[in-house]
Amino acid sequence: MSARHTEIAIIGGGLQGLSTALHLAQRGRRVLVIEAHHPGRFASGVNAGGVRRLGRDPAEIPLAMAASEMWHSIEDLVDDDCGFRAVGQLKIAEDDDDLRKLEARATMVRDLGYDHEEIIDQKQMRALAPGVHARAVGGLWCAGDGSADPMRTVQAFYRKVQKLGVDFNLGHGVSAIARTGTGWQLSIGDAQITSDIVINCAGAWGNKIAAMIGEEVPLETHALTMMVSERTPHFIDPVCGLASRKLSFKQTPEGTLLIGGAHLGYADRDAGVAEPDPIKMAISAKTVTEVFPHLTNVRIARAWAGLEGMTPDRLPIISPSKVDGSFFHAFGFSAHGFQLSPVVGRIMASLICDGTSNLPLHPFRIERFSDDKN
Amino acid sequence: MSEQACDVVVIGAGPAGMRAAVTAANEGLSVTLIDEQTEAGGQIYRAVARVARTRPADLTLLGPEYAAGGDIVLELDAADITVLHGHTVWQISQDGTVWCSDGTKAKSITARFVIMASGAQERPVPVPGWTLPGVMTAGAAQILLKSAAMVPDGPVALYGSGPLLLLVADQLLSAGADIRVVAETTTFKDYLNAAPHLLGALPASKYLKKGIALRRHLKAAGVPIIKAPNGVSIEGTERATGLRIIGKHGQTFEAETILLQQGVVPNTQASWQLRLDHAWHAAQHYWYPTTDRFGATSLANVFIAGDGAGIFGAEAAAAAGALAGLGVAHAAGNISAAARDQKALPFIALHKKAAAIRPLLDHLFPPPAHILVPDDATIICRCEEITAGQVRDAAKLGAPGPNQLKAFLRAGMGPCQGRMCGLSVVEIMARAHGKSPAEIGAYRIRPPLKPLSLAELAAMDDDTPTP
Repeated sequence: MSARHTEIAIIGGGLQGLSTALHLAQRGRRVLVIEAHHPGRFASGVNAGGVRRLGRDPAEIPLAMAASEMWHSIEDLVDDDCGFRAVGQLKIAEDDDDLRKLEARATMVRDLGYDHEEIIDQKQMRALAPGVHARAVGGLWCAGDGSADPMRTVQAFYRKVQKLGVDFNLGHGVSAIARTGTGWQLSIGDAQITSDIVINCAGAWGNKIAAMIGEEVPLETHALTMMVSERTPHFIDPVCGLASRKLSFKQTPEGTLLIGGAHLGYADRDAGVAEPDPIKMAISAKTVTEVFPHLTNVRIARAWAGLEGMTPDRLPIISPSKVDGSFFHAFGFSAHGFQLSPVVGRIMASLICDGTSNLPLHPFRIERFSDDKN
Repeated sequence: MSEQACDVVVIGAGPAGMRAAVTAANEGLSVTLIDEQTEAGGQIYRAVARVARTRPADLTLLGPEYAAGGDIVLELDAADITVLHGHTVWQISQDGTVWCSDGTKAKSITARFVIMASGAQERPVPVPGWTLPGVMTAGAAQILLKSAAMVPDGPVALYGSGPLLLLVADQLLSAGADIRVVAETTTFKDYLNAAPHLLGALPASKYLKKGIALRRHLKAAGVPIIKAPNGVSIEGTERATGLRIIGKHGQTFEAETILLQQGVVPNTQASWQLRLDHAWHAAQHYWYPTTDRFGATSLANVFIAGDGAGIFGAEAAAAAGALAGLGVAHAAGNISAAARDQKALPFIALHKKAAAIRPLLDHLFPPPAHILVPDDATIICRCEEITAGQVRDAAKLGAPGPNQLKAFLRAGMGPCQGRMCGLSVVEIMARAHGKSPAEIGAYRIRPPLKPLSLAELAAMDDDTPTP
């Protein structure tokens, strides 16, 4: 039986896979994206759409800075603004302890040589987030951050990638991977595909793919609960979080409130099911109504959850395989990969086409999970 | 701690739910019955006990079938059942935890078994102008009549097909409404298609006689009953002012109230949310969760009774409720299979008799093509104001099914979660892709099943066990 051949196979049609396909295609490479469902079916299409440098792990800051620049000209990349709005992101200090915590964070970021996160006082904070309860004392502010529309972003990347001639194989996942003399053979449903290079962008399924070539990666699957309200009059622009409590809050241009905060729901990766937990919905509602008391009568229209692959250190794997130089990984973004996706594709294309990247990738190497044991 | 725990939660206090609750309680199970309304009866027997008590004259107007609902309400009152009126169920977990709210505070009830008796909803009728003020469903008008004795002021026009269309026209006429026209979509071809089912419908001939009597009564009162096989459009800019019949000799009838009715379809929001197995009803173009004769579904602890599992009408629903109550009593270990089957016999017979007319009705009153696949300009998703044409375009651009459509259009993402547009979207996309509705699939339904305020959610005790 003859197998279909491609130069580069990307496993996973989420944003990381689409962005990787985009950058590789722009550099003239022949790419096939293999997606078990449809592009952006899980985390990529249903996340909160945060475009955030604020509060990033220091290891991710260089990548987030580069990605931020790309978001500000996202239309040049994918011919669509992806609903990106640079409304800023704000972390609210609800008391003095919170403020001290945020000040320490701001100092740490400044000492690393960055100036994108700044402490603001109560008055400035209130101007940005009207309606916040009276006890809140200030905040940490990142102008230039903001949010985008995840579904629209997936569609924009998908359309652009198709325009660049990338092939897609939708509806069947990869069930087995075998090394051949010159590359790899992937089993997809009843079909076989051979490829010189493989990139694993399989998100919550990333460790399953890695295991197919004998690489063990610890990855938990979580369902992150989100809620959206009915439309309510516009009152706030920035995306808001809290210094100590779990909350991610924003008002969309349509007027709906998008409420998240990494509250875990029920995840069943094998069944492809992610469901919100009603108790977590209640906790979220309690937090929102405490922070913004005027919203108590706003009604929740829908809650959902996305399936996320989370690593033990909550940092992604962006790395060549340690098993074979023609296999690469970009997964395990641990619920904060959306903002990074434009730059992750560029990094992967550099790793493959140039053999290196100009961004520091050491914290994201796949070997880190086995370093201790060796 | 959970606020309440019981053997069975029954959702919905219409004929199926009331009968299921009474049956399960009589078999020794602890039962909690949850209903959105402030009084038992469901839509069909809405407010029947109160009407009998306070407006006995209206019982005559609303007819003997409505009055019969009062008997089940009395049985419910007599049984040892916890009834939660005014509670909206907003989520059902697969483990049998039912999440509801009384409007101020959300809570959960854990049950070994859940019997869903959420009944039917009127089929949305997307015709040009159907979102204008002054347009409502015939069923909504009937509810206003039953629960509040309200009759529309000014000229009224009715459009559609099916038993409820003539019934509501007749009830409103008797209550003093100024009915200008009843426009029917039923065609000669529908009569031909239905004719083979006439014999089978004879056991339920009382319904046939009732239909003929209604028609005669309306005609005698001078109400024109006209054919509108190509559909209608609703005139008006700020609000409805008239009903125009589409066709060669299209007339326009002045009307301030326009009542639409194209039959009813199972209310499947909760059964989809539970991810139960569903099938597509080819003649009536709706989804129904697949069940056995006791209402058992693809989840062992979830049963469905009544029109929520397929449209068979109120009498069949009451019988199905009894069967589901027996099915749960057996599954709970309270009665043997033999006892269940013995006790089921009269209800199976009742159900069969009441359901005998369905094949005839299903073929006589199919939803017409102009409703199933409306014109490009007609709005189908009212929440997000999405037209049929936009759905067709999205299908052409590559959206394979309803859930992917959300990424293109936000259709089905408003507060109603596709209650209004779900069936239209399936139908339009199936035709666009040349596939069957079963291949196209349905919207995934998420909690809350109905909108819930942040205050209600925030008030929930968070020590309720996480299932």
